[in-house]
Amino acid sequence: MPEHDLVCFATRRFESEPWTLQNYLAVGGYQAWQKVLDGELDRAAIIEQVKASGLRGRGGAGFPTGLKHSFMPREAPVQKYLVCNSDESEPGTCHDREILRLNPHSLIEGMAISAYAMGATVAYNYIRGEFMDEPVPRFETALQEAYDAGWLGANVKGSGIDVDIHTFVGAGAYICGEETGLLESLEGKPGKPRFKPPFPAQHGLYGAPTTINNTQSLASIPTIIRKGPQWFVDIGVEGSSGTAIFSVSGHVEKPGNYELPLGIPFRELLEIAGGMQGGRELKAVIPGGSSVQVMPAANIVDLTMDFDTIKAAGSSLGTGAVVVMDETTCMVNMLRRISRFYYAESCGQCTPCREGTGWLYRVLTRIMEGSGTHADLDMLVDVANKIEGHTICALGDAAAWPVQSFLKHFRHEFEYMIDHGGRSIVSAPDAVAA
Amino acid sequence: MSAQAGTVALSDHVCAEIDRWIEKFPEGQQRSAVLAALHAVQHETGGYLTPALMNAVADYLEMPPIQVYEVATFYSMFETKPVGRHSISVCTNISCMLRGADDIVAHIENRLGIRTGESTPDGKFYLKQEEECLAACCGAPMMMVDHRYHENLTPAAVDEVLDGLE
Repeated sequence: MPEHDLVCFATRRFESEPWTLQNYLAVGGYQAWQKVLDGELDRAAIIEQVKASGLRGRGGAGFPTGLKHSFMPREAPVQKYLVCNSDESEPGTCHDREILRLNPHSLIEGMAISAYAMGATVAYNYIRGEFMDEPVPRFETALQEAYDAGWLGANVKGSGIDVDIHTFVGAGAYICGEETGLLESLEGKPGKPRFKPPFPAQHGLYGAPTTINNTQSLASIPTIIRKGPQWFVDIGVEGSSGTAIFSVSGHVEKPGNYELPLGIPFRELLEIAGGMQGGRELKAVIPGGSSVQVMPAANIVDLTMDFDTIKAAGSSLGTGAVVVMDETTCMVNMLRRISRFYYAESCGQCTPCREGTGWLYRVLTRIMEGSGTHADLDMLVDVANKIEGHTICALGDAAAWPVQSFLKHFRHEFEYMIDHGGRSIVSAPDAVAA
Repeated sequence: MSAQAGTVALSDHVCAEIDRWIEKFPEGQQRSAVLAALHAVQHETGGYLTPALMNAVADYLEMPPIQVYEVATFYSMFETKPVGRHSISVCTNISCMLRGADDIVAHIENRLGIRTGESTPDGKFYLKQEEECLAACCGAPMMMVDHRYHENLTPAAVDEVLDGLE
């Protein structure tokens, strides 16, 4: 697609300081907000446009953003909040960091428009603590620029609209990417997810109606309003409108964040990322961050990268984090690392997740140490099945899905390791990995 | 940790920083500033939190000390034991693992003569056990040193970063 059509990365074309207000204005920035301030669009009209655009949440679940916004009691005479989830921490995912660093005003404008549409006068951007050296100051500087230019605050440009945006900085916890865990954290507590219902749109931050959206979702909204929802629909494919930023990492020649139309063929995406590193064979892909099901090469190479296609193939587009693995990758080792992560990040409040993630990690460890048995493989699946669907939040599912899918598609690698005292199939003398 | 550990006076700088955060939240919701307060205190006092410091934060925010301890021990960026001055976190999550993060960890362990999770005896370096993905997957392998990201690492690049620290 032509560079000028980029949505969240529109300012990346500027070599010098793409993040400034001046550069954002040069790509049409704040024109959508101006329309709202001029009274051309009321609350309902904004939400209708976002709905019509088909924008689906970019944070992992792919829930329609406009529909989510419509759940807020926008006319209720109580304080309401918008919260942006910049706690980017799904393994393999690194595009929100790029939005914060390179195009922070797109997020600010998207937050302002969305907050107004939902009747919220206060919005918080929850940024993960590890981003405090560069993305946080970049966002805060942009926020100051926006205030100085009169785009935020009380009675913005005489419109009668009030919107204040504040930065919040986390302190290291994957679970705070879960929206109610994030709210707990924002309230100054450990980030333990809440029971739902009640959903945040009824009972969110400080008990007030709240909507939580991902960074990329919000940053897409100004362009949707400015160019119209149909423009966004036309970019993507049925069920997956617009562009999305794919974080392509792992065994490719040019890992990177690429903003591309949804529905792009996987082969094309791989080519854009420079192809396989060293010309080696593709073995497997995790198409949407470590929480989603792994796909063997043969299951993905002919597919397009959109929500419905990847779902129909047994996985999920998730966050658009495409982790590419070549023939030298030991799938047992991969799964063990993934399982260690969920074990470490489980908040501990639900027994199946707290205990089960430890079991998964310890059993995988003993297989790698050469003391695994074939019964362990059934036990891994059994434990994963007992976590899935039995926890307050989706971290439990996220811990289970990799185990189920790695064993479904690469069981022979686990069996080989068990039969060979912990040696990986990829280091076997006659290695045929896949 | 306990209230018996007493308390200490927070510096004017830390108080000003906490006050700046409290202003972002509604009246009576100053508890929301506890993460920011702990970051500020930890930065100023050598990279880790003592019970006395946490008690001081609890007093300042009018919170029961236990609630501050809960937060301090829940989030990975807070240290509640003495650690070296320079904190090194090597991302070893999947994207970095696929591009040689384990070799980077081994290089740092060899160079510093410590294992992951330990500090050097001179108190200069702390090689933190980092479990999370640090969201710089396209610049893998990467590490964070004193909050600064260093991407596309090689052992030589690691040496250059560590040599530059005082």
